[in-house]
Amino acid sequence: MIKLLRLKNISWSTPEGVSVLQNLNLTVPDGKLIVITGPNGGGKTTLAKIIAGIYQQNSGSIFLNDTDISGLNITERAKLGISFAFQQPVRFKGITVRRLIELAAGQKLSKNELCDIMSKVGLCAEEYINREVNTTLSGGEIKRIEIATVLARHSVLTVFDEPEAGIDLWSFTNLIKTFEGIRSNLNGSIVIISHQERILRIADEIVVVANGSIKTQGSAEKMMKVLSEDRSIFGRCSKQEALF
Amino acid sequence: MKEITKDLLREISDWNGEFKGAYNLREDGMCAGRVSSKNIKIESKKDQPGLEIFVAPGTKDETVSIPACVTHGDVDDLVYNDFYIGEGADVTIVAGCGIHTETGEPARHNGIHRFFLKKDSKVKYLEKHIGKGHGTGLRSIDPVTEAELEDGAVLEMDTAQIGGVDRTTRITSAKLGAGAKLLIRERILTEMEQTAKTDFKVELNGKDSGVDLISRSVARGNSHQEYHSVIIGNAPCTGHSECDAIISENGKVDAAPELHARDNDAALIHEAAIGKIAGEQILKLRTLGMTEEEAEATIIDGFLS
Repeated sequence: MIKLLRLKNISWSTPEGVSVLQNLNLTVPDGKLIVITGPNGGGKTTLAKIIAGIYQQNSGSIFLNDTDISGLNITERAKLGISFAFQQPVRFKGITVRRLIELAAGQKLSKNELCDIMSKVGLCAEEYINREVNTTLSGGEIKRIEIATVLARHSVLTVFDEPEAGIDLWSFTNLIKTFEGIRSNLNGSIVIISHQERILRIADEIVVVANGSIKTQGSAEKMMKVLSEDRSIFGRCSKQEALF
Repeated sequence: MKEITKDLLREISDWNGEFKGAYNLREDGMCAGRVSSKNIKIESKKDQPGLEIFVAPGTKDETVSIPACVTHGDVDDLVYNDFYIGEGADVTIVAGCGIHTETGEPARHNGIHRFFLKKDSKVKYLEKHIGKGHGTGLRSIDPVTEAELEDGAVLEMDTAQIGGVDRTTRITSAKLGAGAKLLIRERILTEMEQTAKTDFKVELNGKDSGVDLISRSVARGNSHQEYHSVIIGNAPCTGHSECDAIISENGKVDAAPELHARDNDAALIHEAAIGKIAGEQILKLRTLGMTEEEAEATIIDGFLS
């Protein structure tokens, strides 16, 4: 198995000194979809941001295809093919959907190319490409446009930070379809931070992060069984489709 | 036509060797070319420097260009242009201004434009201002715009001043009749030691008249901008103004919007936001492979587009 990404003994504390990750080790194989799950406050989003370079680890090393990228910043990691989809997508006054996707792709795109990308997230390019990425877009729309920007990049590794956060149920159903589509045409490796059972089910591997380290991990089949049988370890959630 | 004028024209009016439709080119305070069309007559004013532009009633889809260029220092150009738009006409007016000085001497253009829009006429007014050249000579552009809109008339103003102008004072006023609409979109970028002052006064006098005033500005370096708008609702009307500004380095922006409702059914809104570029916006663009500087330039470019 080719190791695409390797995190070795990663630790990170907040500027106030609160320890969030402790000596965390994680390997993401090439061409696989990994879902990282676990209780809120366990360090999942921090881990995702450390992979993208948004946070710099206090200690430990990160390797991409055996190249040490520990000291590289966000821009440098992005240029190596690491993409990051934000949990709360950013809005831009004056920048159109077309412009943002072209910035992500690094080139001008034809209407057909935009259509291909937008259709992967269930949006009609005709209807959206000239709209500004501003507050007139709904939570579901901005989320899907955020995903479209990372899909446009043809990355070697894409990290999605809680794609289901902040969207309504109707948009969630469509979002799951989007990820099922991404799963069936997997290009590079994907890491998704998620609480949702339906996202966990499409994983090759599930990793449970709690209290700043990996508690357990394994194939989706094995882990779904473990998680559904012993939810008491991580606490129950009232949401029907949420495991945590 | 001077080469500097050609360069300025390309930037302020998308000129590519010729004008589309009627035009008057002003170069260093003199007329450097004029063409009227069947429906649009351009004539020199008798009593002061400037033009009278007559658009015949019912004229459709025509463009008139009246760019003004100052190509060297020690020029103080003052011009009075009056636009008479006939009933039911629908035209585009392109009125850019470019100033170039290299000598250390000041160059100034002061355009006083008056618009008289007859009933149900429609005007799209495009105005781009730039300053060019090196040296310490101050580049100033001080436009004054006055508009009177009769019932059902629509004036859409799209103005941009993106860098290079050291001093500007922009004064815009309008009076609207019943059902008339005024849409203003202003974009200003100042840098270094530049200052920009913009002042709007809109009187909504007719029933169902409306104004939508959107100002976006960026102040960086040690530049300073002042925004002041007054919307007066004298009838059942709608008024909306929005002032968004990005500040960076030591840039300063003062915004003072005023709303005056003089009728019980006047609905007036103002929105204002001033601040630096959101850190998340820079982060997002960096995750797409841009440097911090590239991200900032892209955000500002989009904001002012």
